[in-house]
Amino acid sequence: MSSAALRAGPVSGAGLARIDPLGAVLVAAGAAALAFMPFVLFKSNRIVPGDPRTLAQVLPAWGLLGCGAVLAAGAVVALWVANARVRLVVALLGVATVALAAAAAGDALTPPGDKVVRIAPGAAFWVLMMCLGLLATDAATRLKPGPALRVLFLAASIGAAALALAHGTFDHLSVMREYAVNAVRFAHEARQHLKLAFGSLAAAAVVGLPLGVLCHRAPKLRPGILATLNVIETIPAIALFGILMAPLGALAAAVPLADRLGIRGIGAAPAVVALFLYSLLPIVANTVTGLKRVSRAAVEAAHGMGMTDWQVLTKVELILALPVILTGVRVVLVQNIGMVTVAALIGGGGLGAFVFQGIGQTAIDLVLLGAIPIVTLAFSAALVLDALVEVLDRVKA
Amino acid sequence: MIAVENLTKCYGEATVVDHVTLTVERNSITAIVGTSGSGKSTLLRMINRLVEPTSGRVLLDGRDTREEPAYLLRRRIGYVIQGNGLFPHRTVAENIATVPRLLGWDTRRIEARVRELLEIFSLDPATYAGALPHQLSGGQQQRVGVARALAAEPLVLLMDEPFGALDPIIRAKAQDDLLDIQRRFGMTVVLVTHDMDEAFRLGNQVAVMSGGRLLQYDRPAVLLTRPADPFVSRMTGLADRAMRLLSLVTAGEVALPGASDGPAVPPTATLREVLSELLWSGAESARVVEADGTVRGRLTVAAILARGRP
Amino acid sequence: MALASVLRIAALALLVAFLLWPQSFAPLFAPLTQYGAPPIYDQGNLLTLALAQLGTVCLAAAASTIVAVGLGILVTRPSGAQFLPLSRTLVNIGQTFPPVAVLAVAVPMVGFGEKPTLIALFAYGLLPIFENTLVGFRTCPPAVLEAASGMGMSARQRLLSVELPLATPLILEGIRLSLVINVGTATIGSTVAAKGLGEVIIAGLLSSNTAFILQGGLVTGLMAILLYDGMAALERRLLRPVTLD
Repeated sequence: MSSAALRAGPVSGAGLARIDPLGAVLVAAGAAALAFMPFVLFKSNRIVPGDPRTLAQVLPAWGLLGCGAVLAAGAVVALWVANARVRLVVALLGVATVALAAAAAGDALTPPGDKVVRIAPGAAFWVLMMCLGLLATDAATRLKPGPALRVLFLAASIGAAALALAHGTFDHLSVMREYAVNAVRFAHEARQHLKLAFGSLAAAAVVGLPLGVLCHRAPKLRPGILATLNVIETIPAIALFGILMAPLGALAAAVPLADRLGIRGIGAAPAVVALFLYSLLPIVANTVTGLKRVSRAAVEAAHGMGMTDWQVLTKVELILALPVILTGVRVVLVQNIGMVTVAALIGGGGLGAFVFQGIGQTAIDLVLLGAIPIVTLAFSAALVLDALVEVLDRVKA
Repeated sequence: MIAVENLTKCYGEATVVDHVTLTVERNSITAIVGTSGSGKSTLLRMINRLVEPTSGRVLLDGRDTREEPAYLLRRRIGYVIQGNGLFPHRTVAENIATVPRLLGWDTRRIEARVRELLEIFSLDPATYAGALPHQLSGGQQQRVGVARALAAEPLVLLMDEPFGALDPIIRAKAQDDLLDIQRRFGMTVVLVTHDMDEAFRLGNQVAVMSGGRLLQYDRPAVLLTRPADPFVSRMTGLADRAMRLLSLVTAGEVALPGASDGPAVPPTATLREVLSELLWSGAESARVVEADGTVRGRLTVAAILARGRP
Repeated sequence: MALASVLRIAALALLVAFLLWPQSFAPLFAPLTQYGAPPIYDQGNLLTLALAQLGTVCLAAAASTIVAVGLGILVTRPSGAQFLPLSRTLVNIGQTFPPVAVLAVAVPMVGFGEKPTLIALFAYGLLPIFENTLVGFRTCPPAVLEAASGMGMSARQRLLSVELPLATPLILEGIRLSLVINVGTATIGSTVAAKGLGEVIIAGLLSSNTAFILQGGLVTGLMAILLYDGMAALERRLLRPVTLD
C-alpha cells in the first residue's frame, strides 16, 4: 500500500489552510451565476420569455443583507471548513434562504391582486440551488447516515416544503400560479399517477413472484421465460402502450363488462398492462437471483426440521431472498413512476399530462408543475426502498 | 552496496520498522526473517520506496535512493513478490520485456534478452514466449516472475516471500535456481521469508526482526552459536540447533583423506544429510564421491558430531 | 450456438430489408389498419429515422463513456478518493431522474430536437458505465498492481498499461448495457421533435394506426436486440481471454 493512500484526505481533521477543491468549484460557479445570470424572470404573462432581474433588484435592503450573509457564510464553509456536519447545516440553510429569496422576489415583483404576471426562477436561482444541493449531498454522503436517518431526513424535508407551500409562501412564483389555476386537476392527475405506478407494480408482484419461484425451481424454463421478458424490455414504452391499444380496444368492444370496468383502448388500461409487462423482468430476475443466493444449508436445515415445501418457501427462502427481491421492486417502482409520465400521451392521465401540455404550449412552469412532483416521487421511492433493503440486509447479517 | 541507515516507519501511533541499520554486501544474499507483523516486508519495500520511510535513509551504491523519482529507481532494482503479479493480459514474453521496454531498449536487444532468460529458466521459448500466464503451472509462473525481475540486468534483486506459494519439491528447485542465478550474474539479493530453513539455506547473512526492531544480523552459524536475543534462538529453534548447524557445512568442505566402504555421498551434501544417511545405513563412515566417480575423502560419524557443537 | 447465429443473421437481414424496402412489407401490415390508412409510414424515410435514432444514442453513449470512465479513473486514484461517495450519489441520481422529466426540463434551456434528448440519454446512461468502471478497477489483482509499481511504472503508465486493459471487459459491458437501454429510451425524444422512430410511433398513436406503432416499436426493439448481441460478439472477439475458463 503506497503512502499516498494513507495520506488523510482534506476532509478529515482541521484542514483550515487547505481549500476544499469541490467547495472551490461550487463557490466559483455560484458566484458567477449570481453575478452574471438573472435570479428571476419577470413575465407579464405566461407565454412571453420574461425580463431578467438580478438578486439585488428584487430584494429589499435587509433581505439582501440577510441573504448575502448566509451565502457568504456558505462560501466560507464550503472553501475552508472540513467538518461535514457544519457543511450540511450551512448548505441546507442556504437552500432554504435561496428558496425564500425567490418567494420574496415573487411577492415583491407581483403587483397586488394581479393574477396574470408570472415570476419565474431564473438561471442564477437554479445554479445556486444546484451548488448548494451538491454541497449538502456531498456533506450528507460523507456523514454516512443510516437508513432510518435518511428516511427521517426525507420526511422532514418534504414536511418543511409542504408546510411552506400550504402557508402560501411560494404562491407568487410562476409554478404555484400554474398550480392555482389547475389545482383540482392536479390533485386528480397526481392520484392517477400514483394509482398507475403502484397498481402496475402490485400486479407485477402478484404475477412476477410466483413466476420467479417457478423459474428458480424449473431451470429448464428459465432461459425461455427470461428471454421473452428481455425482448419485451427492448420494445420502447410508447410503442408498447400503442400496441396494446388495439387489442384492448377490441376487447372493450367485444365484452361490455370490460368496458364498464374501465378497460378501454385508450386511457389507463394499455398503460397499466404495458407497465405490468415491463415490471415483470426485474421482479422475476431478482426473485430468481435472490432465491439462488439463499444458502443451501439453511434450506436443508428447514427441511430437516420437518417443514413442508410450502413452509420452507414462504418462511425461509423468500424471507432470505427478500432484500434482493425488494431491490427489484425498487427498480420497478422508480421506472414506473417515470414511465407513467409517458402514459399521458395515450390519455392515461397522470402528472405527465402537465409535462406534455407544457411542452406543447412552451410553458416551462406547466412542465415544472408536472416534473417536480414526479422527480420528488421517484427520489422518495428510491430512498425509502433502499433504506428498507439496507435494514433487511443488516437484520440478515 | 545497500546501506540501510536508521530506517523507521510509523503509521500513526504504530511503529512498524524501528530504527533499523544494516549493510548488504555486494554480490551476496541477505535473508530477512521474522514472524508476521515483524516489519520485514515493510523494510524491504522501503529499499525500493514502495513505502516511504518516516525517517532514515537508504544508500544504494553510495547514493541516497531519494535523489531520483521513485519509479526510475525501481527500474534498476528487480522486485519479486509472492503471487508473482504477472500481467494476465500480456504474454510471457511481453511480461518479461516490461522493464526493458520502460527503459527504451531496442527491439532486437529485448528479444534476445527474453530468449536468454527463458532458456536459463528452462522454459522453451518456442512454446512459452507467446503463452499467457494462466496457461502456465504455478512453478512456471514463479520462474517467469523471477525472469521478469532480472530482465533489465539489475544489480539488486528484492524478493518478498517469493517461494511461499510453491509446493516443497518445486520450492527446493526454485531455491537452487536462485543460488545459481545469484552466482552467475553476481547479484545482490535481499530476500524476505518467514521460513528459517530457507533463510539458512540461501542467506550469506541473516537478519532477524521482531516488532519492527532488528535483533541480530550475522552469518547463520553465528545466529546459532551466539544468539543475541532469546527470540533469535527461539526462531532458529532450540530443539534442533545442532542439526541446523550441521546443515550449514557441506561434506566436500570437511572430508578427510581416506577410504571408506560406507555409503557414497556427493560433496555438495550437507553434514546433516550425511549424518542422516549414516544413521539409516548404520555405517560408521561415508565415502565422499564426486559425480564422475572420483573419491574426495571420507567422513566419520564422530567427525560430524564434533561439528554439531558451537 | 449455430441456431443463435442463424437467428441473428435472419433478424439483421429482416431489419435491413424492412428499412430499405418498406413498401414491400405493406401487405403484412395492411390488416392492422382501418379505413384505408397507409400501412407503411410515409411521412418520412424509415431508414433515415432509424439511423438518426442510432446516431443520437451513440453520441450520448460516447459522452457518457468519456465522463463515466474519466470520473471512474479519478475517484480510484488516491487524490480523488474523496470524491467517490459524491460521484456515486450523483450518478445514481442521474438514473433515478425519469428521462422524460429530464427531457422536459431541458427543453426550455436548450430548445427542442436532438439536444434535450442527448442530455436525457447522457444522464440516464452514466450509471452502468460508471459502476462497471469502478468494479473493473477494484477487481484488479493487488499483486499485479504491486508488481507494476515495483517494476518502476509511473502511475500513468500503470493506469494505461495495466489497470485500463484489465478493466476494459467490464467497462465494455457497461457501455453495452447503457447503449441498449438508451435505444428504447430515445423514442421518447420524438415528443420534443428529435428525429427518430418515436415519430412513427407517435404518428400511429395520434391517428390510431396500429401498423405505424408496430413498425416503430418493432424496428426499435430489433435494433436494440441486434446491438446487444453484436456488441457481445465483438467483446468476445476483441478481448483476449485473461482468466481460466
